[in-house]
Amino acid sequence: MLGRGIFQAVFGEFLPILLLMLVAAVVAGAMVTLSWVLGPKKDTPYKSSTYECGVTPVGNAIERFPIKFYLVAILFVLFDIEVVFLWSWITVFKGATIQYQVFSGVAVGIYLVLWIIGDAYVIKVGALEWDEEPQVAPEKLLPTPVEAPTIAAGSHS
Amino acid sequence: MNVNALIPTVDWRALAPFTIVVCTGIVALIIEMLRPRRNNNLVVGVSLFGLLVAGWSLFGMLGGPSDESFAGMILNDRFGQILQLVMVGSCAVCFLFSEPYLREKRIPFAEFYPLALWSTAGGMLMVSSKHLLMVFLGLELLSISLYCLAGMSRYESKSEESALKYFLLGSFASAFLLMGIAFIYGETASLHLGRISEVLGAASASPLSTIGAAMVLVGLGFKLALVPFHQWTPDVYQGAPTNVTAFMAAVSKVAALGALVRFLWAIGTLDTVWFPLMWWVAVATMTVGNLAALVQNDVKRTLGYSSIAHAGYLLVGVLAAFSAPGRVSLDATAFYLISYAAMTIGAFAVISLTASGQHEGTRFYDVRGLWKRAPWAAGCLVVFLCSLIGIPITSGFFGKLLIFQAAFDAGLPALAVLLAVNSAISTYYYLGIIQAAFVTEEGAVAPRFGKPSASLNLACAVCLAGVLGAGLFAGPLIRGMGTAEVGPPVGVPVQDPLTIHTKNTSD
Repeated sequence: MLGRGIFQAVFGEFLPILLLMLVAAVVAGAMVTLSWVLGPKKDTPYKSSTYECGVTPVGNAIERFPIKFYLVAILFVLFDIEVVFLWSWITVFKGATIQYQVFSGVAVGIYLVLWIIGDAYVIKVGALEWDEEPQVAPEKLLPTPVEAPTIAAGSHS
Repeated sequence: MNVNALIPTVDWRALAPFTIVVCTGIVALIIEMLRPRRNNNLVVGVSLFGLLVAGWSLFGMLGGPSDESFAGMILNDRFGQILQLVMVGSCAVCFLFSEPYLREKRIPFAEFYPLALWSTAGGMLMVSSKHLLMVFLGLELLSISLYCLAGMSRYESKSEESALKYFLLGSFASAFLLMGIAFIYGETASLHLGRISEVLGAASASPLSTIGAAMVLVGLGFKLALVPFHQWTPDVYQGAPTNVTAFMAAVSKVAALGALVRFLWAIGTLDTVWFPLMWWVAVATMTVGNLAALVQNDVKRTLGYSSIAHAGYLLVGVLAAFSAPGRVSLDATAFYLISYAAMTIGAFAVISLTASGQHEGTRFYDVRGLWKRAPWAAGCLVVFLCSLIGIPITSGFFGKLLIFQAAFDAGLPALAVLLAVNSAISTYYYLGIIQAAFVTEEGAVAPRFGKPSASLNLACAVCLAGVLGAGLFAGPLIRGMGTAEVGPPVGVPVQDPLTIHTKNTSD
């Protein structure tokens, strides 16, 4: 058959997969379309609420909210990348000469020390405390000549 | 599995200044960690001491021969050392006036000091390597710290805006730079600028290397705020806290210029591609920077545009050195960088006086009557602005004169003339700032001024000494630069694009 020959030439061994995708698309499309065309449409306020059989929503979703998770996410990504470095290092480390093992071991050791200092800092400043609002310690302003140190930390929220 | 991993030569002496600055930052952070509820005086002291030691070690290295270590990752040469000295000095002067300013603004986060130190270290890395990967690493270290610093005043929306704009555009530019490096690697199979220069010199320009070079120039041009990659500058300079702006204007520009010079050296043989391009960029940068500065009503914005114009002047010096290798050296550019750093930081230091009790206004009318409130700072401001204009006996004058001469000697008269015309234009807005500072009628004086602290006065004095000293001792200073070795390879035929154009039209 001519048509099949052309398809075979273009898609090669992938023809069955293409056919499968076509069938899947047709079946899925037909299901959605038919239920949309044939199904009864009775709109009620209850039905159009956000969670039809869940908790009743309170208030508006469009408002400002703290995104503290971003800090945790960033710290997690940093941790992840550190592990990636260690992984590639240990792969080379296994089969290397003793001189190289010592050299790279020291280098990675320095790197890890720096990383641990960073982590200690993260914990110390309370970056992982969920309810902590970071602000300037009043003591930092002490030898200041003007008015009492009233800090407007978080005054915008 | 057997791995043939080579242990590179480790030359701690070459890396000493960088290491000292980084470690100082870490120590400063640990101090803040151990005593968070005390003021920042100790942190400032330790940071300044570390910068002093780093500067001293750099100074000790100045005479030595240039060499590469760490498997070609670290280059130790005179040009890099001088630029590193400028950066270390700039950072120290910024620290001098930062603390009183941050206290006035109620944002004395001690993290400013380690971040600025690491940013300086990034800049130092950028100019002390011929390896593109290290240049990129340095650039990121410089930039990421600056993104945080720009948004340091977190209770001000304009500071947040500044940080976000800088971050978005900066990461975009970084992507360009990285993509360009990848293209160049694809063409030359190397990331080392020495090797890249050899490979590119042996073959004719290919689309791959041309696109790669153009993309790297975009990335560096962004950092240097060259037109048309300058739009971020005024917004970021205006929104960031003034001490951060001063730091940004000096350190990041010096670092980017150093990297640009090294990169142009490597692609010297592609000059038919980049030279006309950079020629026009220099013209546009000078002109747009100055013309846009004319219509500003905010001092920080004006100085931001002025820094764009100064990047254009610096580029003229670089182009002159590249178009007449052997005859014109980069000494004029290096000298101008020193005086630019001193006068810009000085000007921003004085402007930081407009912050008082958590409020800060930097419009022209906010500096009115500065003369009455802080005569010493206002007097210094006049000298810094005169130097930015280019009035004799200040170093700004000699710097511009040297670049002007270099451009003439190199056969780029059009650029030289444009530089002079632009300097004349710039007089107008600098005088506007001076005029505002000297308004003395009682009603017109701005209501708010911070009390000039001793350390701010000291910062002004250091910058004043830099501006006047570099002017008075211009001769010995320039002879001491010795940057001839980083100039382009002798014999590279670079021509004024105007003559190229006339040739083309006559064909």
